[in-house]
Amino acid sequence: MQVFTTVSGIAAPLLLPNINTDAISPMIAGRSLAADLGKLLFANWRYAPDGTELPDFILNKPPFRDSKLLIAGPNFGCGSSRERAVWALMRFGIRCVIAPSFADIFYDNAFQNGLLPLILPAAEYAALAQLVAQAPRPVVTVDLVQCRLEGPYGGVIAFNISAERRIALLEGLDEIELMLRMEGDIAAYEAEDRRRRPWIYLDR
Amino acid sequence: MGAQTVIDKIWDQHVIRELSDGRTLLHIDRHLIHDGSSRQAFDGLRRLNRNVRNRALNFAVVDHIVSTLPGRTGESHPPGRERIHALRDNCRAFGLDLYDVDSPRQGIVHVIAPELGIALPGSTLVCGDSHTATNGGLGALAWGIGTTEVMHVMATQSLLVRKPKQMRITFDGAPAPGVYAKDMILSVIGRHGVTVGAGFAVEYAGEAIRTMAIEERMTICNMSIEFGARMGLVAPDERAIDYVAGRPFAPAGALWDAAVAVWRALASDPEAHFERELTIDCEKVRPQITWGTSPQDLVAVDEPLPDPSMIADPERREAMRRALSYMDLVPGRAMEGTPIDYAFIGSCTNSRLSDLEAAAAVVRGRKVQPGVTALVVPGSMLVKAAAEAKGLDKVFVDAGFEWRNAGCSMCVTSNGDTVAPGKRSISTTNRNFEHRQGPQSRTHLASPASVAAAAVSGRIVDVRKLLR
Repeated sequence: MQVFTTVSGIAAPLLLPNINTDAISPMIAGRSLAADLGKLLFANWRYAPDGTELPDFILNKPPFRDSKLLIAGPNFGCGSSRERAVWALMRFGIRCVIAPSFADIFYDNAFQNGLLPLILPAAEYAALAQLVAQAPRPVVTVDLVQCRLEGPYGGVIAFNISAERRIALLEGLDEIELMLRMEGDIAAYEAEDRRRRPWIYLDR
Repeated sequence: MGAQTVIDKIWDQHVIRELSDGRTLLHIDRHLIHDGSSRQAFDGLRRLNRNVRNRALNFAVVDHIVSTLPGRTGESHPPGRERIHALRDNCRAFGLDLYDVDSPRQGIVHVIAPELGIALPGSTLVCGDSHTATNGGLGALAWGIGTTEVMHVMATQSLLVRKPKQMRITFDGAPAPGVYAKDMILSVIGRHGVTVGAGFAVEYAGEAIRTMAIEERMTICNMSIEFGARMGLVAPDERAIDYVAGRPFAPAGALWDAAVAVWRALASDPEAHFERELTIDCEKVRPQITWGTSPQDLVAVDEPLPDPSMIADPERREAMRRALSYMDLVPGRAMEGTPIDYAFIGSCTNSRLSDLEAAAAVVRGRKVQPGVTALVVPGSMLVKAAAEAKGLDKVFVDAGFEWRNAGCSMCVTSNGDTVAPGKRSISTTNRNFEHRQGPQSRTHLASPASVAAAAVSGRIVDVRKLLR
């Protein structure tokens, strides 16, 4: 997994609520394994049916074409479990999505890949969203070491994140490594459970 | 140990180890794999130089990308060919059972798992698909995962998880004729919104659930994710036990008796505590239909469309304006009477035999209106065969519906079945998102009977007027 310590860059405001994973990575991006996921990020909002860019969409405007952060409305990432939504954001160059809330599956998927889904309390979120929407070139810095966020005009917000998630991002730890270290526990469980619930173990 | 919910009881039986940071390593009894979300997970196993830990507990099927056309093969939908071949190669390489395009057991992953007895009451079941809670209809603790976790469960037959909060939704009373499980769960989402279940696992309870067939319970559980809940289930009861009995992968003989004894003890204790409780009076629920681009954008079919100018919250008002514009609908007008171009009956929400029977009861003796493309896509090849044994295929075909082979089809549109740009669809599926049924498609979610009623009327109609 990609390490996340500090990310600093342009933050794109996309303040709609309930942005779903179909919007983030549409079906067209899933058809071919060779598809350029970053290019197809938000494809239905970014491009006209003939493939030309829609100039009003935020990620098509000059400073935001290089966004490293996204400020989104509540319940970001709802809908399908497709992890491709996370991969598409990262392939575009986005390392952090800031929102008042995230859908559960997207939230977990993000951490598995080194994308930081950052939840801010309502008041801090609203203030940041307003600043980012107004600034001509809104640079936001998220420092996961210090758990501090610096907004476009220098205002600093402290944020909270669970300790194990933070450490995994800082060190780039894949969860599977931890799981494989517990293989002894898994084997012990299975041995006992085969006696307790033998119908579960289909020996086919 | 204090009073426990059904979720607590199932959870506790699956704990391998609890970590000091609050995470739990949980045993996964059943893992379902499909053509849409598994390729990179197999690649991950290869990078780790790992095998599938317990092959017998993993099952694979083609459903998302497979053609539903008569006489289909894995080659029928060219863009899906690559993924279907990849799944075949991976299942062969890792020694997994695959229900391929020509298998009589092929179908939508959440339809075949209960149907084949793969999903069991009291089991944990995961799949790389957000609608996995469908299996909660027979009392499995089931949830959707991403591709990285697909790899984790293949490698370790377990997942590292955080226990969700718990919510109970009680459905009181009995629904009126013309009101189905789909309307009941949509009414929850319409009233409480798409985030009320975020962070929660849900137990569905109450008189209407107790008296409901298992297939209908699956429809209820299927939509859990549409209000944010990853897991949703009905505690196993005698109906669930009867449903499972005799299915191909269900236990038999002495194992069956032992399993049933465990399953009967799983119901929530009377004093068990839920962090959130919602109650729905089913007698007040009318046929539901979505008007917008989120499953919470709902009206009863005989209600007018909402008017954003009446909404105080600016964010909600703007979202409503955007949705009505996308859907090409006029605020305040009647929902009923809106002309439709497509009618789709299928998906893991509503493609089981009882769904097709409810739709056929409306269709029988009537014709699909000219200009309407109407499809029935059974949830599995076994559902298809059972429907044909009852003559339902003839009812649909005589009326002008297409009668297809099993797959996800027009719910996720990755198999070539799509709604044309700008066209309006009424659909038994679970998501009415922008572009969900194809670029610029407009989707109205409703029950199978309501979709059938619209197909034979050429417009959105109150199904209660067509019931005989």
